[in-house]
Amino acid sequence: MSDFDFSVIVQNWAFLAEGLRYTLQVTLTAMIGGILIGTVLALMRLSSIAPLQWFAAGYVNVFRSVPLVQVILAFYLILPLVLQMITGKQIPVGAANSAYFTFTIFEAAYYSEIMRSGIQSVPRGQVGAGYALGFTYGQAMRYVVLPQAFRNMLPVLLTQTIILFQDVSLVYAIGATDFFGAADKITQRDLRPVEMYTTVAVVYFIICFTLSRLVKWLQSHIAIIR
Amino acid sequence: MIEINNVSKWYGSFQVLTDCTTQVSKSEVVVVCGPSGSGKSTLIKCVNALEPFQQGSIVVNGIAVQDPKTDLPKLRAKVGMVFQNFELFPHMTITDNLAIAQIKVLGRSRDEAVDKGLKLLDRVGLKAQAAKFPGQLSGGQQQRVAIARALAMDPICMLFDEPTSALDPEMINEVLDVMVQLAQEGMTMMCVTHEMGFARKVANRVIFMDRGAIVEDAAKEDFFGQPRSERAQAFLAKILNH
Repeated sequence: MSDFDFSVIVQNWAFLAEGLRYTLQVTLTAMIGGILIGTVLALMRLSSIAPLQWFAAGYVNVFRSVPLVQVILAFYLILPLVLQMITGKQIPVGAANSAYFTFTIFEAAYYSEIMRSGIQSVPRGQVGAGYALGFTYGQAMRYVVLPQAFRNMLPVLLTQTIILFQDVSLVYAIGATDFFGAADKITQRDLRPVEMYTTVAVVYFIICFTLSRLVKWLQSHIAIIR
Repeated sequence: MIEINNVSKWYGSFQVLTDCTTQVSKSEVVVVCGPSGSGKSTLIKCVNALEPFQQGSIVVNGIAVQDPKTDLPKLRAKVGMVFQNFELFPHMTITDNLAIAQIKVLGRSRDEAVDKGLKLLDRVGLKAQAAKFPGQLSGGQQQRVAIARALAMDPICMLFDEPTSALDPEMINEVLDVMVQLAQEGMTMMCVTHEMGFARKVANRVIFMDRGAIVEDAAKEDFFGQPRSERAQAFLAKILNH
């Protein structure tokens, strides 16, 4: 074990950084898109209109019952076909691009369950108070319920985002070059697996640990005073 | 102003309101009392359609509440309501609580809404609390803000749903004082409350409900002097003797 050579990290840093950037971009896109779609799904699930409830329940149950890696593969294969059906043209999507879409759609299922419990955590009287002031359903949600639901759930939403950040490494399955994928490619070429995977693990750890400390801090600092 | 005609309501097969009929005229103060579970809160929530009902009609200022074509948000904006648990929005400052519906529902400018809100806040004696959040105020203060919030919409009438029931005894009067002042200024009010002192002071009529029905609907003097029904007599004897 005397021949550790971490110069492989230094030499390939630009490539690794590019991978990390991609990982962060997918994470951020899927977080924002997923929370937006998830919130709509949660509102549908809690609405009094049966078909909307069924749709939202079906969506959540389907995506939570299928392994993520399979969804990544399926969307990678299906997305170009769907686009071709819609536009009539062959559009090369590529592994890297399809992942943005896949993660947004997939994570929406998880975020919607978080938002659903967030919405349910807001006392019913709050909605009544909003209606009594003349708010429409949309206004009552927008100004009264969702801000409180979001605040109550922020730590859980961030925790889910940490999981998402780690899960992006599964794009490995379709050959996209995320942070882990970049490390793996260099390893295949330079045959320095110990140094490379150790570094990758440390970077993942630092980022995730920092984020989870942030979650802890948020839990004690953003709670709504009741 | 408010006409309630033969209103009945069921939760599944359980009937919570039975053939309730009464009315509140302009500038009249009507107090609704009765034992818990008698349907008084449910009835008052039917007036601005926070609770649906299956039979009968409620007409507020000429508009039928139960009509599916009625623009409920528009109607509710004109009917102020104060809740047992205040229901201020905990994520907004007092100023924003007072301003938001004026801005979003009535389309007032932010300056105008804040100005109006602060005037009303001053009126309920809480101008110094404008920048605070609801959770930083006492229950009595929160309820006074809630009254100011309702008044900021320039309501044509006010509904009070047990406004003092969730308050510590020493805070009840500060809220009742605001309500008495409102009544004396001629606000049309329908109040579900057990505060018989308040009823004696400002009510025109008192309604007594029991098991979902209006048992007694009488002028204040008659109600306190000689209630006709035994249930009302028994109820009065209980709550006036402590």
